Amino acid sequence: MAKTEQAATCDAEATEQVGREKLRGFLQQMQLIRRFEERAAREYASGRISGFCHLYIGQEGVAVGALGALEPRDHVITAYRDHGHALLRGCTPRAVMAELMGKVTGAARGRGGSMHMFNPEQRFHGGHGIVGGHIPLATGFAFASAYEQRGDVTLCFFGEGAMNQGAFYESLNLASLWNLPAVYVIENNQYAMGTPLSRASAISDLAMKATAFGMEGEVVDGMDVTLVNACIARAAKRAREEHRPTLIEARCYRFRGHSMSDPAKYRTKDEVDERKAHDPITLATHTLLERKWASEDEVKGWDDEAKDAAADAAEFAADSPQPSLSDLGRYVYAEPLSWRLDDAMTPHVREEG
Amino acid sequence: MAKLSFREALNQAMDEEMARDERVFLMGEEVGHYDGAYKVSQGLLAKYGERRVVDTPITELSFAGVGIGASMVGLRPIIEMMTFNFCILALDQIWNNAAKMRLMSGGQYNVPIVFRGPNGAAHMLSAQHSQATENWFCNVPGLKVVSPATPGDGKGLLKAAIRDDDPVIFLESEIMYNDVGEVPDAEDHVLALGKAHVVREGKDVTLIGYSHGLKAVVAAAEALAKDGIDAEVIDLRTLRPLDMETIARSVRKTHRVVTVEEGWPFGGIGAELAYRIQHALFEYLDAPVTRVTQLDMPMPYAENLEAACLPNARDVIAAARAVSYRT
Ligand SMILES: Cc1ncc(C[n+]2csc(CCOP(=O)(O)OP(=O)(O)O)c2C)c(N)n1
Ligand SMILES: [Mg+2]
Repeated sequence: MAKTEQAATCDAEATEQVGREKLRGFLQQMQLIRRFEERAAREYASGRISGFCHLYIGQEGVAVGALGALEPRDHVITAYRDHGHALLRGCTPRAVMAELMGKVTGAARGRGGSMHMFNPEQRFHGGHGIVGGHIPLATGFAFASAYEQRGDVTLCFFGEGAMNQGAFYESLNLASLWNLPAVYVIENNQYAMGTPLSRASAISDLAMKATAFGMEGEVVDGMDVTLVNACIARAAKRAREEHRPTLIEARCYRFRGHSMSDPAKYRTKDEVDERKAHDPITLATHTLLERKWASEDEVKGWDDEAKDAAADAAEFAADSPQPSLSDLGRYVYAEPLSWRLDDAMTPHVREEG
Repeated sequence: MAKLSFREALNQAMDEEMARDERVFLMGEEVGHYDGAYKVSQGLLAKYGERRVVDTPITELSFAGVGIGASMVGLRPIIEMMTFNFCILALDQIWNNAAKMRLMSGGQYNVPIVFRGPNGAAHMLSAQHSQATENWFCNVPGLKVVSPATPGDGKGLLKAAIRDDDPVIFLESEIMYNDVGEVPDAEDHVLALGKAHVVREGKDVTLIGYSHGLKAVVAAAEALAKDGIDAEVIDLRTLRPLDMETIARSVRKTHRVVTVEEGWPFGGIGAELAYRIQHALFEYLDAPVTRVTQLDMPMPYAENLEAACLPNARDVIAAARAVSYRT
């Protein structure tokens, strides 16, 4: 857990290591994700976004710190709480917002929605909705890297709830057995929907599970972007140079409900407020200001830019067209479906609206 | 033409495709050092080494997923299921990941992967080891499902499956690995997926089968011929997508259809065929489409009970006579 008495700044040593330029960039990335999602929440409330929508607010330090430790050729995959990871891996705010609104300009052409953002060109492989189901895929990316001796690394994010799935145990065993260049990051935000860790896992020190696979395990304060960055950098180096996987528990907290429909009645306001004192954005901001690595005006300016980008994205998305009905049969197979002729199995006739 | 066993034909297909394309690899339980639970991968480890013939622990879910992940980033895995009974543990990966990645991403991924291995009842293995799983996979858009009936088809279809850019479920018959048949020598013996094959031409009734079930169909057709019923036999070869054109051509000629499968009836291949045929060809039918399937119960062990559950040529003959109103 984040230590209560810890001052509202990032770790001094890790901050030195990260340095001025990078930390300024990290803050801007976190601000963008935060403002983007706040905007998405408003669009959801207004009815322009539907479906499941899981906000990452409060956890930004994990994705930003972690992805900041990678090379562009490295692979990234996560679960359904994926807006932040997507924005960091080349999905534009416009593309993510358009996907949320089910528009053809979206990151998955309106086929995926909130839970399924993709950008394979920048090696961001989603966006997955079956809890734990993407962990084997990540292991497959790492397998392919080893097979082709490419030297790239796979970073796989999942929740502490997903960690209890068989897919997790099987995958980590394979990764260690086969010396795969993978880094598995448990984003322990303390809850799986309404179930706290204590009611779902027999142990609370999750990195200990690494021992069972003969791999390195590490715990990191996921609210401190600098510590996350340093931790993932070590793990990525281990993967790249020693071909050894690592399991990391990033302790964090989501400030919002599990999804837009969750009022989060299973926890107290005090608990949430206490966690908010360690908001990763606040920590990074204080650190930059205290060291005079940024001025208040600059920070405010970045924040305004983030808000503007979110507003622009919302406008773009709202103005974008829905996918064309004439493309409905695409992307199921390599060849578009021609089911109306093919097998007379659908009596549906849908006219372009 | 060479005479090869089903096992050898499938082995050749994998061997040729692995030699042809460095991205193709084989992964599964006992595929390497043990040379395959059914010896389909015999010799491949010796030839290609551990990098490309990968033994796994007994973890169907994860090695299925590893294959899917590898296929998303450019490799072309062949994942062997020791038998498809155990593939049930990997269904989430196949169903939710392999079949849906292209759509969920708006067309940004190919998933060129083959899941292959024995399917269906063998002989006296009881309920958990005697399952025909094809209709489960056929229910999933995004998958292709292939189930060959002869060694020659096995080779040509497996090569096509490996070269295909979509996930293919390739179902072999557990009791046909020793069957011998003609196999074209040509390296380019690649049969198109999605095409059925008219095994025997006839004018009175269309009998549709595939894989091991085709044996009962062919035997029935021969018996029916002696009885003055001239049956047309169609081997589906690919179960998804179904080749409705070939079927329709036949039904327009014969006006009567019997479907044969070794799986359960509820929501089975015959159920789908019957729906499509009556929907598209109602005016051509002179009798209701009739299906022959395994009995609707888990497979018992005892030899006589098992035999009673599985469809055989007598059942096909009876069904063909019934739709011909000749009892
Ligand atoms: C296999 C599966 N079971 C149940 C669900 C429903 N579900 C969606 S999210 C979730 C909680 C997962 O919690 P965790 O892994 O900690 O991730 P977090 O939501 O906290 O980011 C559940 C139970 C699902 N999507 N997949
Ligand atoms: Mg959680």
